[in-house]
Amino acid sequence: MPLIMGMSMLLACQMLGELVTRGLSMPVPGPVLGMVILLVALILRGKVPSSLRVTGEGLLRYLTLLFVPAGVGLMVHGALIGADLLPIAVTLVASTALTLGVTAWVLSRLQRRRRHDKGREGAA
Amino acid sequence: MSVAALDQLWVYLSGNPLLSLLATLLAFMVAVRINRALGGTPLLHPVTLSIAILIGFLLLVDMDYATYFEGAQFIHFLLGPATVALAIPLYDHRERVRRLLGPLLLACIAGIVTAVASTIGLAMLFGVRPETLLSLAPRSVTSPIAMGIAEQIGGIPSLAAGLVLLTGSIGCALGPGIFRLLRITDPAVQGFTMGLSAHGFGTAHSFARLGAVAGAFSGLSMGLTGLLTAFLLPLITRLLGLN
Repeated sequence: MPLIMGMSMLLACQMLGELVTRGLSMPVPGPVLGMVILLVALILRGKVPSSLRVTGEGLLRYLTLLFVPAGVGLMVHGALIGADLLPIAVTLVASTALTLGVTAWVLSRLQRRRRHDKGREGAA
Repeated sequence: MSVAALDQLWVYLSGNPLLSLLATLLAFMVAVRINRALGGTPLLHPVTLSIAILIGFLLLVDMDYATYFEGAQFIHFLLGPATVALAIPLYDHRERVRRLLGPLLLACIAGIVTAVASTIGLAMLFGVRPETLLSLAPRSVTSPIAMGIAEQIGGIPSLAAGLVLLTGSIGCALGPGIFRLLRITDPAVQGFTMGLSAHGFGTAHSFARLGAVAGAFSGLSMGLTGLLTAFLLPLITRLLGLN
């Protein structure tokens, strides 16, 4: 029953995350905290149970599909988006391009510098 | 067999979760096929394509979104456990994450500030109406977090969710070109950038196209960006006097 065991572990972590975020009224969604809880549990245990790996990796392989139902909800907001269509489109495209560029540039620069430092210490 | 019976069949089908479930899966399969036939171009992402196909289908058969979602919610529900499952690749690559923790945090803050500042700046410049502007502000964060933030700062939660999804597909379309332009080939950097700019879409894209390392870093940055934005954005909008 690896799929049932794996799914139970995932759902248990999600439920725990959901309960804690609601109980403490945190601005974070339950599943994200559930991810943190599972990560801590895996670090404590020292390995990923094979049942969890089978289920989790199966879900992650089809992650794109899981966004489709929420995405279809865009049709409800046709009017609001249509009223500001051009500004919204330009803002989204320009700002997303800028965000991608800045993040990738900063991270790769920082990473390269760190590698250089390590190289100089002769520990790389 | 008569025409009346066919009519009744349709009434039964359109009120049943079966139809929207099957339609979602079929649309996704067709979208993946089309995308593959076009050489896997990031400009027509399978998710964007399936959403367009499904909206077309719903308009054609005159079904409203609430009815569709009654069936499709079974797929939607799996987003929760899938988010939790992101801990697995993160655990697999924990050594690399730990080594890079400082740079990752700095890049994350730089990315969030760029995303929020450029979004609000451009939208103000174009004179977008205030409630739309405040729904745009959290656009690079995964939708459940974005909806919470939008509500907190005075935007429209469901519109924010829609804009988040648009951002995701735009990010997937632009990402590969920008990486080529900046000559970035490291899957960890690519994944982290995709997760920050295009949240869950970027993460899904990273897993599907860039491999497990990129997927792990993408999941990490998606979570980190969500957490940090939830704390930073209300402060930024208050500083700018928007609410």
